Amino acid sequence: MEKENKSLSISRRSLLGGAAALGTATAFKTAGAADANPDNLPPNVPEWTPYLGAGVDANPYGMPSEHEAHVVRRNVEWLTASTESSVNFTPLHELDGFVTPNGLCFERHHGGVPDINPADYRLMINGLVDRELIFTLDDLRRFPQTNRFYFLECAANGGMEWKGAQLNGCQFTFGMVHNVQYSGVRLSDICREVGVKPSAKWVLAEGSDSAGMNRSIPMEKILDDCMIAYAMNGEALRAEQGYPARLVVPGWEGNMWVKWIRRLEFGDMPYMAREETSKYTDLMEDGKARMFTWVMDAKSVVTSPSPEKSILGKGTQLLKGLAWSGRGKITRVDVSFDGGRNWQTAELHGPVLDKSLTRFTLPFNWSGEEMLIQSRAIDETGYVQPTIQQLQAERGLNSIYHNNSIATWMVNKDGSVDNVRLG
Amino acid sequence: MSGLANIMKGGLAALVISAPLFAASFAQAEQRPFGLGQIATIDEVAGWDIDVRPDGLGAPKGTGNAVDGEEVYAERCAACHGDFGEAVDNWPILVGGAGTLKSDDPVKTTGSYWPYSSTLYDYIYRAMPFGEAQSLTHDETYQIVAYLLYMNDIIDDDFEVSQDNIGTIVMPNRDGFMFPDPRPDAQPVSGMVCMKDCDVPTQIIGKARDIDVTPEDES
Repeated sequence: MEKENKSLSISRRSLLGGAAALGTATAFKTAGAADANPDNLPPNVPEWTPYLGAGVDANPYGMPSEHEAHVVRRNVEWLTASTESSVNFTPLHELDGFVTPNGLCFERHHGGVPDINPADYRLMINGLVDRELIFTLDDLRRFPQTNRFYFLECAANGGMEWKGAQLNGCQFTFGMVHNVQYSGVRLSDICREVGVKPSAKWVLAEGSDSAGMNRSIPMEKILDDCMIAYAMNGEALRAEQGYPARLVVPGWEGNMWVKWIRRLEFGDMPYMAREETSKYTDLMEDGKARMFTWVMDAKSVVTSPSPEKSILGKGTQLLKGLAWSGRGKITRVDVSFDGGRNWQTAELHGPVLDKSLTRFTLPFNWSGEEMLIQSRAIDETGYVQPTIQQLQAERGLNSIYHNNSIATWMVNKDGSVDNVRLG
Repeated sequence: MSGLANIMKGGLAALVISAPLFAASFAQAEQRPFGLGQIATIDEVAGWDIDVRPDGLGAPKGTGNAVDGEEVYAERCAACHGDFGEAVDNWPILVGGAGTLKSDDPVKTTGSYWPYSSTLYDYIYRAMPFGEAQSLTHDETYQIVAYLLYMNDIIDDDFEVSQDNIGTIVMPNRDGFMFPDPRPDAQPVSGMVCMKDCDVPTQIIGKARDIDVTPEDES
């Protein structure tokens, strides 16, 4: 992210400022049963029944119901200097299942969204290869195809929460993640086509956007599961997700998934681009920084109840959430209602896929008491999602990226929900 | 790395008429499993291969010092980054921050944090000025790099930064990075996952609602 330093110093000032204005909790109004028009309820005939509705082709490209207009990506204006180098957030709290609709996948751009005519698209492969080749989009579509679901998470997801609870929303604290099915070409196939030399150990991936986004990726990962994707969830990539082609680096930080990709250069050492030195490195307490911290560790979030999803009445409730791991499959998610003292295991909803979001639910009964809700993911390597105290003990307070700690949602007696920090 | 690639490819092009090499090329073509794509020409690669590595590979011919760089910087960079790299509004700060990386308010600049001078060239040429990417000349880019290095007390104002030394200028935080990644970290000490009566803090010490920086709902 462009301005983590500044945004965190803002947060520090705000924290020091202490109890600022109360009562400005973000309102997320969705029509509930209490808002109903009695004329449309039994035994009356609803107003939409006697008349013909819209015909086919009223919307050649289908859009969500107008009643869902509040389900949108949203940004935090004070985070960045311009919308062209900025981020917005997926409304996780409004989604079900594990697929993110294309239009709701969060955006992170460093130089805006380029408008690329697919006829003008080229992918160049150069460096330590037998044949430096240029592929058109049609060429890429003629390679053998692979179709895989993967989550993509920005390394800075939750970065604003390192020092304390700052943003009062599931969307703003966890929404730099999405999960779609990619269709495209395995990079291992492209490697065979160009004939990668044995001396090649690193690949520089480069975008054609105004940022010329570039990242170094080790050869082992390229050959393992990376792909060039030209479709997401069955249709061409959205412009803001890299149309017409992007890199897919499963389980690793989103910044490496270079969009609008124009070039792969094979070399014998890392390129030390700005985004892997100045940014996307993790400053520890001793002043040294971790670099090449690529994997996104296991994480989970309760999407409902959440700050945007109040509990509407006493009685039966359904807790919903999402879990994911860059190291493999999610094997278990535990949920606590008392701030982490006691836990019970939630139900995972299949298919549970490698490096993919996984949906979990847990029914519970609410009788109006205060609760401190948490979720804790465990993946197939045995990795356990840590608390913020565990992360801070290892990494100090100056880290920005890779905050995969357990969040706490406090349910108030009126059913409203707050993002809180326990200590 | 276009320079090296050009030499190698130039050599091949000159030799391609000789029979043995033609045979080799033909054999290589047969090894292509899919037969997709077109061979990239030297000019095509040179136009897009703009990266510069820490060892200087890929650095284009050019030179610049901080005295000349001050003028270019003032014209092309200062509107966002400030006359002295101090930053305007929310744009990145470029100068200063020495000795702050261990503090509770680290200031990460090209001088205090960036480990390689080559990264300045690579990034400035490919992405700056913001919204005018790849519009600087090679000399202008070297001049801006020189100005930033000078402002961060890394070189003198008459030092000529060029393709010959962009990879060898020693940055103050050159040894400030650790690799490989030590994770996974922050795991349960016992190796056990606690399910009942866990010893964890449950006092509320902060509420996002009180911080009051969450965007309001527009609808």
